[in-house]
Amino acid sequence: MPANPFNNFTDYGIGIGLRVPHYDHILSKKPTVDWFEIISENFMCDGGRPLKVLDQILEQYRVVQHGVSMYFGSSEKLNREHLKKLKRLVKRTNTPWLSDHLCWGSVDGRYTHDLLPMPYTFAAARITAQKIRAARDFLEVPICVENVSSYAEFHVSEMTEWEFLNEVVEYADCGILLDVNNIYVSSRNHNFNPFDYVNGIPAHRVAQIHIAGHSKFEKYILDTHDHPVIDPVWKLYERAIQRTGRTATLLEWDDRIPTFNEVHDEALKANQFIKRLENKTIKP
Amino acid sequence: MAAAVMRPLARGDKMQVKWVDGRATKVVINQFIKPNDRLTSFERLEIYNRQYWFRIRQCFYEDYPGLRAILGDKQFERLADAYLAHYPSESFTLRNLGSRLVKFIEGEPRWVSPHKQLALDMARLEWAHIEAFDNEARPPLKTDDMIGLDAAKICLQLQPHLTLLELKNEIADYLIELKKNSGLRSEASNAMEQNHRHKKMGRAQVMKRKTNFLAVHRYQDLVYYKQLEPGQFRLLSALQNGATLDKACVELAGLKISGDPGETIQKWFSNWAALGWFCSLESSPGKPQIRK
Repeated sequence: MPANPFNNFTDYGIGIGLRVPHYDHILSKKPTVDWFEIISENFMCDGGRPLKVLDQILEQYRVVQHGVSMYFGSSEKLNREHLKKLKRLVKRTNTPWLSDHLCWGSVDGRYTHDLLPMPYTFAAARITAQKIRAARDFLEVPICVENVSSYAEFHVSEMTEWEFLNEVVEYADCGILLDVNNIYVSSRNHNFNPFDYVNGIPAHRVAQIHIAGHSKFEKYILDTHDHPVIDPVWKLYERAIQRTGRTATLLEWDDRIPTFNEVHDEALKANQFIKRLENKTIKP
Repeated sequence: MAAAVMRPLARGDKMQVKWVDGRATKVVINQFIKPNDRLTSFERLEIYNRQYWFRIRQCFYEDYPGLRAILGDKQFERLADAYLAHYPSESFTLRNLGSRLVKFIEGEPRWVSPHKQLALDMARLEWAHIEAFDNEARPPLKTDDMIGLDAAKICLQLQPHLTLLELKNEIADYLIELKKNSGLRSEASNAMEQNHRHKKMGRAQVMKRKTNFLAVHRYQDLVYYKQLEPGQFRLLSALQNGATLDKACVELAGLKISGDPGETIQKWFSNWAALGWFCSLESSPGKPQIRK
């Protein structure tokens, strides 16, 4: 049974991000993995090895698309050519849902290739929600927006980040990809209680959860995806699934990538929290 | 905010302390970014400014190992910063970051001085490699498809992944050696770049100055650099520029072709067709496609 209306894939289990250093292992050993998340932009090309690898993966595994350049929070209109390429990929992968970030990153056609934080204003929430709706209508696939990790806050913000996320997803009537590592990173950088965030979002809209590691510096935490998941992030994950129920979960590891088995084993640690949850009564 | 994020870094990879209009950058940034108990507004935005440059530099390093070997690390870094400041990314994918590098070097050769021609050759070859790697491959024509065509009316299209290059230096073998063990670049979700320290690379050994012709293409998902004879290059270039088959063959006038020219040219076409280089037949404008 789905845990919520935006989560018809409660049995998706635990996935990992598909990364280049693991291609050979996956294609030759064909390990059992619940699903892979791909970065859409890595496969929005017109031919060659990336698409060949993807097709081989699709023969064996379930794949979900995750994007990094839709920039729902940028003020300019969605790029039609970008959307067309994305839709071609959606048809190829048959992704059951598609996620991108609640952020901005382009101005006047120039791309920062970064996920920049938004000013948390009602006006920004409306514009962002309209773009999410437009993208969903064009792509014809459910969309989930992911909370980003951030290092700066705006004077003009009118609400907390989680209140802003609520505004956007309610206006857009879309799902949430809840990144509990990003919540932890931002909570340390902006001095808020990460459990307030997890407790403050609409649990019924969470379709997927991200977990990852990060790097700690003297004055801030950087979201580097190059370490195992730390205990405080697992605690946030546990609280999140207490609220959302069993939810598709994915580990991201993007730098200093260890062996496939190390990454997969780290991801599968999520199972102990899911099992613990199933032995308890869920209190949303 | 975007202007601050994308602004070139000062010495030591710090954010510039003066804004474009002469004001202190911190005064400008204080207006829209909050400080916290550990970082000033300036320091918070500096994180993004640094990440922007670390990310695009890293991508540039991965895409242009040959150019880096020719220029050496310091000059390559200066070129990368100047180019990326002049031509920031206008594409959703980092794959296209170097699309205007040849144009930039042609317009501002001081960044690669005194290696202008060698740097231009390498930049062209490395961009052609990127194009060959993942550009479209259309359904190829077979040799049989071309038998009996009226050469005066037929335009053969070349595959979008194929680039023809006339180079002044023999650099292909050197780049092949450099690219061994290089992986596929990929974009990551939300991950911030550390300032990667790159392994020092010795300058490239002197490469032989000799005009040579290459077809950079993809075959069975691998990128190849195929040496061409001058006649082959001229013929293919003419076809790529839209000439009809007979007009393209005129380009061979005055060139010495080994053996029987007719047989030799037929072998060329047969070989190119086997490599899948031709992808469609088009009649020249206003004329129907006619078979003899």
